[in-house]
Amino acid sequence: MFVYTIRRLIQTIPVIIGVTLVVFLMMHLIPGDPAQIMAGERADEVQVEQMRDRLGLNDPYYVQYASFISNAVQGDLGNSVRSGRAVSSEIGARFWVTVELAFYSTLLSIFIGLIAGIVSATRRNSLLDMFIMIFALFGLSMPNFWLGLMLIQYFALRIDWLPVSGWGSPEQLLLPVITLGTAGAAIIARMTRSSMLEVIHQDYIRTARAKGVPERYVIYKHALRNALIPVVTVVGLQFGVLLGGAVLTETVFAINGLGRFVVEAIRMRDFPIVQGSVLVLAMLFVFVNFLVDLSYRVLNKRIELD
Amino acid sequence: MENPKSIIKVEELQTSFYTHKGEIKAVDGVSFDVPSGKTLGIVGESGSGKSITSLSIMRLLEDPGKIKGGKITFNGEDLLAKSESNMRTIRGNRISMIFQEPMTSLNPVFTIGDQIAESYMIHEGLSKKQALRKALGMLELVGIPSPKDRLKAYPHELSGGMRQRAMIAIALACNPELLIADEPTTALDVTIQAQILRLINGLQEELGMSMMLITHDLGVVAETCDYVAVMYAGKIVEYADVDTLFKSPKHPYTVGLLQSLPRHDIDQDELNVIKGMVPRPDDLPEGCRFAPRCPFATRLCEEKLPSLDDIDDKNQVRCWIYNDQWDGPEVNVKDDYRTAQSD
Amino acid sequence: MPETTVNVSTQNTKRINPQLENFKTMWRKLKTNRVAMAGGILILFFILVSFIGPLLTSLDPNSPDVSSRLQSPSSEHWFGTDNHGRDIFTRIIHGMSITLYIGFSSVAIGMVVGVFIGIMAGYYGKRTDAILMRIMDVFLAFPGILLALGIVAVLGGSINNVIIAIAIFSIPVFARIVRGSTLSVKKLEYIDAVRALGASDARIIFRHILPNILSPIIVQATLRVATAVLTASGLSFLGLGAQPPTPEWGAMLAAGRNYMWEYPHIALFPGLAIVAVVLAFNLFGDGVRDALDPKIKS
Repeated sequence: MFVYTIRRLIQTIPVIIGVTLVVFLMMHLIPGDPAQIMAGERADEVQVEQMRDRLGLNDPYYVQYASFISNAVQGDLGNSVRSGRAVSSEIGARFWVTVELAFYSTLLSIFIGLIAGIVSATRRNSLLDMFIMIFALFGLSMPNFWLGLMLIQYFALRIDWLPVSGWGSPEQLLLPVITLGTAGAAIIARMTRSSMLEVIHQDYIRTARAKGVPERYVIYKHALRNALIPVVTVVGLQFGVLLGGAVLTETVFAINGLGRFVVEAIRMRDFPIVQGSVLVLAMLFVFVNFLVDLSYRVLNKRIELD
Repeated sequence: MENPKSIIKVEELQTSFYTHKGEIKAVDGVSFDVPSGKTLGIVGESGSGKSITSLSIMRLLEDPGKIKGGKITFNGEDLLAKSESNMRTIRGNRISMIFQEPMTSLNPVFTIGDQIAESYMIHEGLSKKQALRKALGMLELVGIPSPKDRLKAYPHELSGGMRQRAMIAIALACNPELLIADEPTTALDVTIQAQILRLINGLQEELGMSMMLITHDLGVVAETCDYVAVMYAGKIVEYADVDTLFKSPKHPYTVGLLQSLPRHDIDQDELNVIKGMVPRPDDLPEGCRFAPRCPFATRLCEEKLPSLDDIDDKNQVRCWIYNDQWDGPEVNVKDDYRTAQSD
Repeated sequence: MPETTVNVSTQNTKRINPQLENFKTMWRKLKTNRVAMAGGILILFFILVSFIGPLLTSLDPNSPDVSSRLQSPSSEHWFGTDNHGRDIFTRIIHGMSITLYIGFSSVAIGMVVGVFIGIMAGYYGKRTDAILMRIMDVFLAFPGILLALGIVAVLGGSINNVIIAIAIFSIPVFARIVRGSTLSVKKLEYIDAVRALGASDARIIFRHILPNILSPIIVQATLRVATAVLTASGLSFLGLGAQPPTPEWGAMLAAGRNYMWEYPHIALFPGLAIVAVVLAFNLFGDGVRDALDPKIKS
């Protein structure tokens, strides 16, 4: 396991380098002059030149990249071209809000998804199964921002149970977490169901039954432990989709997280902020995938080191 | 088939699969019994219904399979009348089963020890610690080297032969009265096959079990069984003790099977394979089910299904040749089979 | 006497028939799948609406009409009117072609590039494989729509840039699946036979590998259209895609946001339109997967 952890860690290095490279290149792929764009259309020659200097755009690419990396490692992601404050501190304040939102939403989608999937699989072709699967199909076909709007419309305005926006109190958590967690719950439910149905026909399930194991244990011990293995992968992938979805959810609920921050920065053409936020979110996703792979390894005894 | 003391008695068992295409009769009126302490071999090609018969006894059929009729008596108890929870106290405890695929029949996420111990925890109410201690004893019994380490091993860490030994350990954990072994050696290498068979035979004697051995391999039958039932397309076509069956087989299908065995006493250019295919269970012939492949078949065979009759006190055969109504020329199946088939 | 062991049964030797899975057999399998058919019919219906719908609606989707602002659904305005007095039903009908255009074209581009990369990686293996797939891994490291967001941030917000962003965002997904399928097809004996006969790489790829991996590509493409429609509407909702007054559904939701608290129909119907289209593609994709490729999982 230790060896596996190390090897898996080494595997992430090229990915991390690639991600930093892509994020670094963002600034240089902007059609036209990034300094002009960031300084604003009305900026004069001198202001644009100052902006260019500030962003270090006069240096050769490799120098720029090297300083980008060495600064990033030290926690310096540059300064906002609008507020002038350090990108890292701007991000730091909002990062945990997004992590919290993503974490609770993931918990919700795992919880609902697993229960729905298991119920569906064990009562295959029943009315309940059909109901759950139709619900799941809608769940993953709905844009989460629209779901958020509809939830606000009903629960916050029509019946006035929950607050319209914000983040912090438990009441404020509920609607955004449902909004963001629904699609994941739907996907996990479908995956759990199909995985359970596949596992239930395996020879070792017949062996368990032939041993006289009560059906309850056959399902929840022998089948579920195996069925969860592919579900873990889906949970990991889903976490990424969810981080992306946080951008929309935060916008809908006016939550002051990293996602909404990125969108605002894009509108303001504040590229150091965009770069920094995208980099941080991608790193978070790489880290979560790393954790998911480790837990996959713990669950699945069969995979060998490759 | 009257044996004084039989551990299990199957009468007119009918098991069908109900699919959208209609009923498929996988087992169609099968009767046999296993004398106490003896081994009955059930032989047939895949699709003959032999595995479904064993799953029917365990009541482990999966949808859409259902036992439609018949009676299964185990030690005087009617198995088909038992509730599911009563049945569970029998499975793995009084009747155990070994399956064909040691690769897939063990749960990949639990250790070998856990999987053996589970039987003790369910059936004998032992604590995990006690159960694991007994599991260790079972691993020693089935001849797995360094059993202490293997207790903590996962199935994928063991070879096929070792896994089958572990399967046997699971099956025999609670000292069952009847062991059903469904093709226990088919998936293994030839050298390992012999070891596993020897192990099963030895343990059977040691523990005084009765056994049902399901196989397509007459070689295995010769080595291990006391009685043999030959199944074809859901029905038993011949039943005899093992010596009789090998010395004087009566049914053309049995003869065909025996002649398709490779022999070492004479030079053979090729194996004699039975021509044709097993009929699909959803498209069975009207008369004798072997008739389309039988070199002796007449119109009678094609039109009417023969019954399973006693002949000369030793064999039971389902074939018109041994009946008064036989409309073909007189034949000696064993001697004439080869020439008849090549015609 | 274990030597006497012989396999009496007619053992089916495991040899995969290298049959070209042509469209005819695909269609035959699809026809019997009710889910696929339901989704397919819905998709055809939506395509039809996108062409004919605008001809049948008499109202202009974009010109404001102050006299009929914010009306609730009625027989005159089926889905009501928005804050500029525009008929929402008309706008949704006109938006259909935009949605389908973004969905189809972005996936088509992503598919062509992704399939190409996947086949190269799977067929040539070794260094090619390692380099291409590491690059794909980098793209997959950007969570969800964040990659598309970043691309739009760079290129600027417009429908065409959204298409490019979503196409790039789809490439690694296709590349991974195609690489896996190519690897398994490449192992088939008959590919070796074809190569031994002196077929060129290009011929092997186009005549023998591509036809054999069509099923997973088709399945993925269908499901990807659903994702593309969702992503595109999200980007437009954020103001980074289609710009007002374009009747793109996500942009309509964004524009109606400030009014929806009092007039929920403004947000309800464009959202339902998105759900309907995405649902149709998900249904079709599910059905196609079950019919053509029961083994692959989402």
